[in-house]
Amino acid sequence: MKQILFLCAMGIFLFGCQKKTRPIDDNQQILRLNIHTEPPSLDARKANDTSSIAIINMCFEGLMKRGKEGAIEPAIAHRVEISDDNLTYTFHLRPAKWWDGRAVTAQDFETTWKTILNPSFPSGFAQELYTLKNGMAAKNGMVSINEVGVVALDEETLQVELDHPVPYFLDLVASHAFLAVPAHITKLSPHWADDGSSLFVGNGPYKLTEWKHHNSLTLKRNDEYWDVDSVTMDEIHMYIVQDEMTELNMFESDELDWAGQPLSTLPTDALQALGAQGRLQTYPMSGTYYYIFNCQQPPFDNVHFRKAFSLAINRKTIIENITQSKQIPATGFIPPTIWQINPHFEDNDIQEAKKLFSIALKEMGYTRDTLPPITLIYNTCAAHHKIAQVIQEQWFRAFGIRVKLANMEWKVFLNELMHKQFQVARMGGIGTFNDPMTFFDLYRYPHSSNNYSGWSNTEFTELIQNAEMTVDPIKRELFLREAEKIFMDEMPIAPIYYYTGTYIKKKYVKGIQLSEFSDANFKFAFLEL
Amino acid sequence: MIRFFAKKIVILVLSLYVVASLTFALMQMIPGDPFTEEKAIPEEILKSMRQHYGLDRPWYVQYGKYMKGLATWDLGPSFKYQGRTVNDIIKEGFPVSLALGLESLTLSIFAGIGIGSLASLKHMKWQDHFLMIMAVFGIAVPSFILATFLQYLFGMKLDLLPVARWGGFDHSILPALALAALPTAFIARLTRSNMVEIMQQDYIQTARSKGLNGLQIIYHHALRNALLPIVTYLGPLTTAILTGSFAVEKIFGIPGLGQWFVMSITNRDYTVIMGTTVFYSTILMVTVFFIDILYCIIDPRIQLMRKSNTT
Repeated sequence: MKQILFLCAMGIFLFGCQKKTRPIDDNQQILRLNIHTEPPSLDARKANDTSSIAIINMCFEGLMKRGKEGAIEPAIAHRVEISDDNLTYTFHLRPAKWWDGRAVTAQDFETTWKTILNPSFPSGFAQELYTLKNGMAAKNGMVSINEVGVVALDEETLQVELDHPVPYFLDLVASHAFLAVPAHITKLSPHWADDGSSLFVGNGPYKLTEWKHHNSLTLKRNDEYWDVDSVTMDEIHMYIVQDEMTELNMFESDELDWAGQPLSTLPTDALQALGAQGRLQTYPMSGTYYYIFNCQQPPFDNVHFRKAFSLAINRKTIIENITQSKQIPATGFIPPTIWQINPHFEDNDIQEAKKLFSIALKEMGYTRDTLPPITLIYNTCAAHHKIAQVIQEQWFRAFGIRVKLANMEWKVFLNELMHKQFQVARMGGIGTFNDPMTFFDLYRYPHSSNNYSGWSNTEFTELIQNAEMTVDPIKRELFLREAEKIFMDEMPIAPIYYYTGTYIKKKYVKGIQLSEFSDANFKFAFLEL
Repeated sequence: MIRFFAKKIVILVLSLYVVASLTFALMQMIPGDPFTEEKAIPEEILKSMRQHYGLDRPWYVQYGKYMKGLATWDLGPSFKYQGRTVNDIIKEGFPVSLALGLESLTLSIFAGIGIGSLASLKHMKWQDHFLMIMAVFGIAVPSFILATFLQYLFGMKLDLLPVARWGGFDHSILPALALAALPTAFIARLTRSNMVEIMQQDYIQTARSKGLNGLQIIYHHALRNALLPIVTYLGPLTTAILTGSFAVEKIFGIPGLGQWFVMSITNRDYTVIMGTTVFYSTILMVTVFFIDILYCIIDPRIQLMRKSNTT
């Protein structure tokens, strides 16, 4: 009896073991990727997170797109006319189809953009469309939606009027916020994009054929796509595995072709080993990791105090020992992907930091002993914790004061920032378009919802406004450079490093274009088998 | 009998009401809401989103709406995963957790009782010591460490099983083992200690003197009595294991219900928090109810009626 039971158990186990599936056929072009989370929505009018946008960018294409070299190229629009005052853009659409065979029309774009700006439509990124004339007023319900500056002149011509000249407008049009969804489908059901059913229709290089919630998504080449000849991949399998270490393990056991950014992240603990093996790949990203000072409360309302704390940070040490992904020490706010950087201060300038610290103490009437306790807050994450510990030590060595560290759950942390219940806090951001305004806009006014520091400077605001009204690119850059100088002189934030993306991939994976805005173009991907 | 059931059901409904109300209160107290994002959303957009989901209404209106929904088992839409209702989430996630849970539950009950019985038969011999040391390991090593180790050994080194994801039976072996380790070890220790105690009882001595061998004595006489404490442990264990484990589901990328308990709170996905909590409580209470009945079957001395009279 015992022997029979044992044999049965072993049989079941071995049967299970033999079933290990390797879905990859060498004759087929199938790319296996992983995203960390289930896409919350594939409705391009609502989605505002990395996972959803990654899938949406495969299934949809807008008027413009980022080309092979990262430059903005025509996509669904084959030609654009820009008026002399830079306020009117006329897009001429090429013959293109949704994957149900219907034509992509200018009306689709008009309807989509106007829906996003409708006050009752729940879209979390409507502000991206505020560059359109009356965009903000329509969202606030102050003008009718028909007064928004976008109109389809005919099926193939879309005319867009802007609120003010926006030199990076075509860059914006290439982002996910300016895509179109099929108006003939959205009319049928508000749930058209919920589960990848036959109602889910796009116009991009890939077609979603299966969506197993929280498990996987399967995409196939879209034969109705206008440029289908450039698409080599037969299928893309997107798995949904949340754990970073599991993703790496799956890559190592040949179950994935790619691990890491832009779709997910590599575990921090593995970076050193992967780097030593020469397998870790990095690419620059348009973003800065920084600490924010609360400029509305003492002691960080004192500019010398803020500067002292920023100058005392040794950024190089942090990059070499903790982040280890070839980041660049940040000595300004705008990353080098946007413009050539001018260092605004010296990294780890302890002498200057000490000097500024004593000036600040004198100005505020404190001594080192009477200085109120300082707390640095950050959201719970191993990497943020390690960086905070090193900076805590660096500040102690420079000023002899022990800053307290407090980590918190993500939304609790954001709540503290919004209510300005902090002294120093960790933050970071990736830009959404290739212009300094993507960062400066956050600090334009003290009450801007993203200006957690509460800092304000009229000269800075004026320079930003001047830049916004200036068409001449050289003059405009001068205004923006001056604005960055003021920003760094006042130092409402201590920049730490400019972000890089890290990933590992199989040698046979080629043609994926990574963008500095934490997304990628998979249209030209292929496997060299 | 009917009185017993009626009483149990009233208690169940009342407890669920208390659980739902407490969850609602706690949920309202935690900072942040479903739309708190790193890049703060402008006020007017936030207002329109809150309006759309009814979060601009006073708390008692929201509470009333939740309670009405609960009564009809319409748990509402998820705030984060647009177009999906909490009912959908439970309907899709629970069968996965249930399948995996049943696999590991069966494994832990049979392996646990088997190991425990064997150890008690070889009481104070090397087999007993060895098995109990293994059981201590089973209890001490957290499931996520074991999960990673199993992934490394069977998925990467021996290349026998998939590292992660959910699909065929082969995908369920490693997570089931990781989930089963702790309950197996616990049941083994519990069985052994009960069994050792029972084996010294007079009726076992009688059985032994009648010439029955060890296995016969265990199977016919000792096991039934030794099972009672294990059955008690089975209530919460079954609920925990059937509704899924956050750590194991996260590590193996399993689309079960376990991850929702944590994820919904991180996302401040109010309806999902409420729905999963109430669902978990219902399962727990129903399981405990069945365990009560199971007691009576195993030990005829306990009777439903008498129990209902005394409770």
